[in-house]
Amino acid sequence: MMKHAISRRGVIAGLGAVTLGAPFVSAQAAPRVVVIGGGFGGATAAREMKALLPGADVVLVTNERTFTACPFSNLVIVGERELTAQEFGYRSIEKAGVRVAYSAAKSVDGSARVLTLEDGTTLPFDRLIASPGIDINWEGLPGYGMAAAEKMPHAWKAGTQTTLLRRQLEAMDDGGLVVMAVPANPYRCPPGPYERASLIAHYLKTRKPKSKLLVLDAKDMFSKQRLFLSAWAALFPDHLEWVGLSKGGKVLSVEPESLTFVTEFGRHTAAVANVIPPQRAAAIAAAAGIADATGWCPIDPATFESRLVPGIHVLGDASIAGAMPKSAFSANAQAKVCAAAVATLLTGGTPPEPRLINTCYSLVTPDYGISVAGVYHPAGGVIAEIKGSGGVSRADAPPDVRAAEALYAKGWFTTVTREVFG
Amino acid sequence: MAGRALFVGLMLLASVTPGAHAATLELPPAGASSCGGCHAPPGVDTAVPTLHGKTAAEIVAQMQSFRSGAQPSTVMDRIAKGFTDPEIEAIAAWYARQK
Repeated sequence: MMKHAISRRGVIAGLGAVTLGAPFVSAQAAPRVVVIGGGFGGATAAREMKALLPGADVVLVTNERTFTACPFSNLVIVGERELTAQEFGYRSIEKAGVRVAYSAAKSVDGSARVLTLEDGTTLPFDRLIASPGIDINWEGLPGYGMAAAEKMPHAWKAGTQTTLLRRQLEAMDDGGLVVMAVPANPYRCPPGPYERASLIAHYLKTRKPKSKLLVLDAKDMFSKQRLFLSAWAALFPDHLEWVGLSKGGKVLSVEPESLTFVTEFGRHTAAVANVIPPQRAAAIAAAAGIADATGWCPIDPATFESRLVPGIHVLGDASIAGAMPKSAFSANAQAKVCAAAVATLLTGGTPPEPRLINTCYSLVTPDYGISVAGVYHPAGGVIAEIKGSGGVSRADAPPDVRAAEALYAKGWFTTVTREVFG
Repeated sequence: MAGRALFVGLMLLASVTPGAHAATLELPPAGASSCGGCHAPPGVDTAVPTLHGKTAAEIVAQMQSFRSGAQPSTVMDRIAKGFTDPEIEAIAAWYARQK
């Protein structure tokens, strides 16, 4: 009897360990979410994750203690804003209960679900959210490289590159030619080059009126094109010339020593040269196996889970987000939807079908704003624009509407940076 | 007996805990989380109005008149056209609960 009872108890205990061990542990231990990237996407995702699942162990991995925001950095280039207004720290995010690891993400073992950092730290995760942003594709434009960027700044990652381009413009004699190269799609912030061109033209017109900006573009069509072209014709007829692909605008190579741009149709030597080079998802994306042959990361349109590695979600500029542009607004909106999906998955639920919004403002002058907006949903396996929604600002809008949109642009920046970093 | 009690206890925990998590997980309705990109909580210095503290009826009426064009706007007409009435009502009800 005794023996029997013991053995029966032993069987029960054994069953308990085998059948209950795994679900018990995962239900009881805090779910571990690691987020790569301290920009608009990653910082939002980490904070939202902690807000939705306060019991989760959320780690944000970022290699900079100060984030320098790209939106509005074109105003810094033309002296209308200081770089310090673009800088944000992670103190509030840490106060919200997110652990911040200040190191670069180095490698990901997708099957063991472990992220390794440059400083040797290993971070096991149940779900990884990657919002690593872009890297410059240094092989993408012959003649251009890290050393060349010191002479021909890209200023496409805000920071020292932004102030370098500003100093070059300030030092240029009146009468100089500024040349800007714009890449083919896709790249971070589709209307960004044209906002920058507008603001540089505005700077030249008001500060160095004998000077001119030449924009050499690898495309014939671009974001908010009609609005930009009509504004340029009205405001900067003598200060901005845009040359598209079919007119020979594609820059084939650059020669940094002489600040020369080589196109199919000729050579242009600049007094100040701004090269916006081709880009791809940041290097950790390739290291993690979440980037495809295009250099960007394919995702599920409802959960942002990688199409290539289960358990890893990708959002922001690095992701292939269908109709959504690579913008800070998109990254912020995607991060909140992604965090909700991850929280749902970690608690055993099925993520709901999301709706996402993007609004991208561009400044033609500091008080002349235009926008493109869209509402999106998952359809046909991609993020698609909802029919009948979205579009650009009215072509015939009066100046007070342009001024209002410039004001709303600033409002967006204030609000989103406060939501994410404040 | 102690082993059996523990076994039953584990069973209960294992079956109840995920449900308990799901019950505490309150997600905003589809589309609502995007609004916060421009619309701040009260106390933020911005030209964009706050949605916190508005009644659901106010938000629904405003969105419908943006969508129809009855209320002129810069960008909200283009955004309102992406949402159905039930979606707008759900977002409005959620915002009405945010203080």
